[in-house]
Amino acid sequence: MGGFWNLLWNARVSIAAVILFAVGFVTLLLHRNLLKKIIGLNIMDTAAYLLLTSLGYIEGRLAPIVQNGNTDPSLYGNPLPAGLVLTGIVVSVSVTAVMLALTVRLYVRYHSLNLDEIYAMAQKEHGVN
Amino acid sequence: MKKSIREWFAAWDADRFDLTASAAGPMHGSAKSEPPSEPKLDEPIDRVAAGEIKAFQMIYPILAVVLGTVMIAFLLLTVFDLPPFGAADNPTSNEVALRYVRDGMAETGAVNLVAGVILDYRAFDTLGESHVLFTALTAVLILLVTVDNRYDRITIDEGFERMQHDRIVTTTANILMPIIVLFGVYVILNGHLGPGGGFSGGAIIGAGLILYGIAFGFERLERYLNFRTFRIVCACALCFYSLSKCYSFFCGANGLHTIFSPGTPGRILSAGLILPLNLAVGIVVACTMYGLFSVFKRGKI
Repeated sequence: MGGFWNLLWNARVSIAAVILFAVGFVTLLLHRNLLKKIIGLNIMDTAAYLLLTSLGYIEGRLAPIVQNGNTDPSLYGNPLPAGLVLTGIVVSVSVTAVMLALTVRLYVRYHSLNLDEIYAMAQKEHGVN
Repeated sequence: MKKSIREWFAAWDADRFDLTASAAGPMHGSAKSEPPSEPKLDEPIDRVAAGEIKAFQMIYPILAVVLGTVMIAFLLLTVFDLPPFGAADNPTSNEVALRYVRDGMAETGAVNLVAGVILDYRAFDTLGESHVLFTALTAVLILLVTVDNRYDRITIDEGFERMQHDRIVTTTANILMPIIVLFGVYVILNGHLGPGGGFSGGAIIGAGLILYGIAFGFERLERYLNFRTFRIVCACALCFYSLSKCYSFFCGANGLHTIFSPGTPGRILSAGLILPLNLAVGIVVACTMYGLFSVFKRGKI
């Protein structure tokens, strides 16, 4: 394999994470539906988890659970990124819940999930223009 | 006079943050505000606002695509400078990870080194996580507990009513509910011995509770998990976690092993405080998952 293909192979998981991030980002930006925006944000979260966990993986090593009392560091992967990803997942769940609750309130108020319609109705209500 | 929490919230909401009433109406003073005025959907939107939105809709996708392309290009360029995936000499596997793997089991008593890291070395971080979950649940409760969405709720409830009399759903729930809860308890209790822990086990138990609620109705679930029990259990778990970790303020996160011995690694009763902390986290997560679903579905727990 040439140098470029080697580089590509070495960065395969990170590239997958970037593609996932791009999918989420474009969903967040281009859709006017609030629920789809929340879904896009969640896809972006997933990309961040993928990148973080891939940093803790070491080829050919076991998951960081001690086997037969053998604590040789050259046997196990990195336990730290798993803990950090756990934090990220919890925060993402909480943020998603709060965003969905706000969306419910907006829907009850304006009977629409489209951001443009909500914006227009809110402007009209507050007497702007 | 004792009010229920729902009435209290409704009164508070109506007085101060009346989002359902018209914005032009009086904020204070009147005892009972007007019924919410529905925004008119069929009226044409103001011409200026419509023009603004039209121009915005033309420019926005172009800008979004350009911004996305630029950002993805930069990210892809950066990705090629990252260290290769899976190599042993990556900068992430530095002396910190080395020390956790080498001394983690002897110091914390946990066979699962991730559990040792998140519930012993960095238990303060996990304490913050549980509080983030609890705060999110509180925020959702404040936002949704007073919402007057009876029009929209009717259709949802009809769907769930039909599901409650569906033989497939009830039979599946009957068979699976004990297995799911048992598996969740196993995952929580086994958190320091293998893959698992409070967060995953709590999520499994919460899913079991939600399944039960969907299949048999939340009223039946309320016989042993009403809002009072929910509050007490959740607050007790959080208080236990906070109290058992507040020594970090005084000892600088180094004082655990003089009080609680790690025990024999591999036993179920070992690893100092990790097992009770896993239990507390599991209770909080299960309550939060069930509570979120319940609030979104019917506006109360």
